[in-house]
Amino acid sequence: MTLAVEFSQISRHYDAVRAVDNVSLAIADGEFFSMLGPSGSGKTTCLRLIAGFEQPSAGSLRIHGQEAAGVPPYLRDVNTVFQDYALFPHMSVLDNVAYGLMVKGVAKSTRLARAEQMLAMVKLADYGMRKPAALSGGQRQRVALARALINQPRVLLLDEPLGALDLKLREAMQSELKALQKQLGITFIYVTHDQGEALSMSDRVAVFNKGRIEQVDSPQQLYTQPRTAFVADFVGGANVLPAALAETLTGRAQACAIRPEQIYFLSEHGAGLQLPGQVLDIQYHGAVSRFEVEVAGGQRLAVAVPNGQTLAQYRPEPGSAVRLAWAPEAMVWLSEQG
Amino acid sequence: MRSDTASGMQPAAPLWLRGLAWGGLLFLHFPLVVVCLYAFNTEASAFSFPLQGFTLHWFEAALAREDVLQAIWLSLKVASGATLLALLLGGLAAAALYRRNFLGRDAITVMLSLPIALPGIVTGIALLSTFKLAEVDPNFWTILIGHATFCMVVVYNNVIARFRRMPYSLVEASMDLGADSLQTFRHVVLPQIATALLAGGVLAFALSFDEIIVTTFTAGHEKTLPIWLLNQLGRPRDVPITNVVAMLVMLLTMGPILLAWKLTQGTEAVAGSGK
Repeated sequence: MTLAVEFSQISRHYDAVRAVDNVSLAIADGEFFSMLGPSGSGKTTCLRLIAGFEQPSAGSLRIHGQEAAGVPPYLRDVNTVFQDYALFPHMSVLDNVAYGLMVKGVAKSTRLARAEQMLAMVKLADYGMRKPAALSGGQRQRVALARALINQPRVLLLDEPLGALDLKLREAMQSELKALQKQLGITFIYVTHDQGEALSMSDRVAVFNKGRIEQVDSPQQLYTQPRTAFVADFVGGANVLPAALAETLTGRAQACAIRPEQIYFLSEHGAGLQLPGQVLDIQYHGAVSRFEVEVAGGQRLAVAVPNGQTLAQYRPEPGSAVRLAWAPEAMVWLSEQG
Repeated sequence: MRSDTASGMQPAAPLWLRGLAWGGLLFLHFPLVVVCLYAFNTEASAFSFPLQGFTLHWFEAALAREDVLQAIWLSLKVASGATLLALLLGGLAAAALYRRNFLGRDAITVMLSLPIALPGIVTGIALLSTFKLAEVDPNFWTILIGHATFCMVVVYNNVIARFRRMPYSLVEASMDLGADSLQTFRHVVLPQIATALLAGGVLAFALSFDEIIVTTFTAGHEKTLPIWLLNQLGRPRDVPITNVVAMLVMLLTMGPILLAWKLTQGTEAVAGSGK
C-alpha cells in the first residue's frame, strides 16, 4: 500500500498552546479520509500542515514518501478547497479556475479550454464569464473545487467545504464529492466537525480531540466499537458508564459505552442487566424520541425509542420511575486513556 | 448609480438649507474664481473691480520667467519622488504590519503616523537638525525625504485598511495553486490593493505639492512652488504673474485628482458586494 500522507510524531505549538500534539497518522493513496473533531481540536492545523501553510514544530511529515518540511505550498502536489472558497474576486470564474495553469505558464488558449472542461465537470459550464460575487454559495463551492482540481493533484484537501451550505445542498454535495473522488481515484482529505458527514463519505475517519488523535477507523468501527469515551460520545452520541457504575452492574471495573437505541424500558421486573431510574425529560427528534433518565449516583443516560412503530412500546411519562435494560453485548468496553 | 436613484426619491431639502449649502460652496470657491479672473486683468498693480480689460499678456510673462518654471519643475520632481518613495515604503509597511501581532507593533504604527500628526514646524525642525547632525546640506534630496516622511503615512493608512478587508486565504489559495510569492503579489495582492495605492498616491502627491512648512526647513536655497508663491507676497508688482501661476497649478492638480476619482469609482461597490 502506497502512502499519500504520513505523519510521524508531528507536533505544532503556538507559544504554550499545543494545537497538534504528537500525532502519527498514515493516509493511503486513493483514500477518502476524514479528520473529525470539535473546533480547536487540531484537525484544521493538520490539514494546513499538509498544504504547507504551517510547518511542524517537531516530527516528520511525508507526502508521497517525500519529506515535506520546508517545502513551500506552491511546490507541493496537493491542492486545497478553502472553507471560505477564497475565490479571487477580481477575476472571472474561468480565470479563477485557470489560475493554477496560468502561473505554470500554460498557453492561454490551452488553459482556458481546460478550465472550461473543469467547469463542465462541476456543472457550471455557462458561468465562466461571471465574477465570483455573482454566484450563489453552492456555485462558488463548485468553482473552488474545479480550481483546486485543475492541476490534477494527487491529494485534495477539503477544509469544511460544505459548512456554509444549507442542509439539502450539503447532502447533495456529499454524494457528489464521494462520486467525484471515486471517479478521479485521488486521495481526498476532508476536515469536518459534522460526524454524520464524516461517517457517510469516508473510507476512514480520524477523530481529533485536544490536538491528539483518539481513534482512526472505518465509520462502522468508530460507531460500533469506539475505543475512548470521547469517541463514543462525539461520534455515536453514546452513553458512557463510569467504571464504578459498570462494576456494580457487571463486576468489571472499566468504563463502557452504550448507544441510546440499545437501551429499552422494562415495564416489569425481568432477567438480565437492569437499572432503576427516573425520566427527567423527553425530546422529540422525528424518527426517534430521546428520553433522559437519571440513575443511581446522579448519572444520566439517554434512551432512544423509535416513533411511529406499529408495535406498541412502553413509553413512560416524564417524572415516572422506570427500569432500564440492555443486552450485555451492547456494552463496549473503553480504554482508560481518554 | 444606486445612490443617485436613492437620492432622487428623497423629498427636496427646504429652501433655506439649500441656500446655506450653496452659500458655503460659494464662500469656499469665490477666492479661486477671483484669482482666475485677475489672471486675465489688464491692470498690473492692484486688485480693482470691475476688471479693466482682458489680456493673455501675463501668461506670456509668467512662462518667460525662469524662476517660475524652475519652481514648478522642482515641485513636480519632489512630489513625484516623494510619492514613489511613499508608495514603496508605505505599501511595504502595511504589508509587514497587517497580519502580525508583536510587542511594539502599536508603537510602530504611532511612529509612522507622527510626521503627519505633529505640527509641521516640529517635523521641519527635527529634520533640519538631523540633516545638520549628519552634515548634509539642504538640497533637492532633503526636501524629498522630508516630504516622504508624511506622505508615507497616507499611503500606509489606505493600504493597510484594504489589506485588513482582504481575506488572507486569497494569498494561501494562490500559493496552493502553484504561484510563488512574486506571482501571488502580481496576480492576487496587487489587483486587490491597486486602488488603495492609487488613492494614497494621489493624496500623497497633493500633500507634497503644496507643502510649505516642512519645506521651509529642508529646502535651503531651493525654491519649491509654494515657497516661490509665498515670496511673491512681498512683491506687489508681480501680482498678476502670481495669479497666473496659481491658476495653472489649480488646473494641473485637478487632472490627477479627477483621474483618481474616476479610477477608484465603483471599485468599492465591487469589493464590498463579495461579502
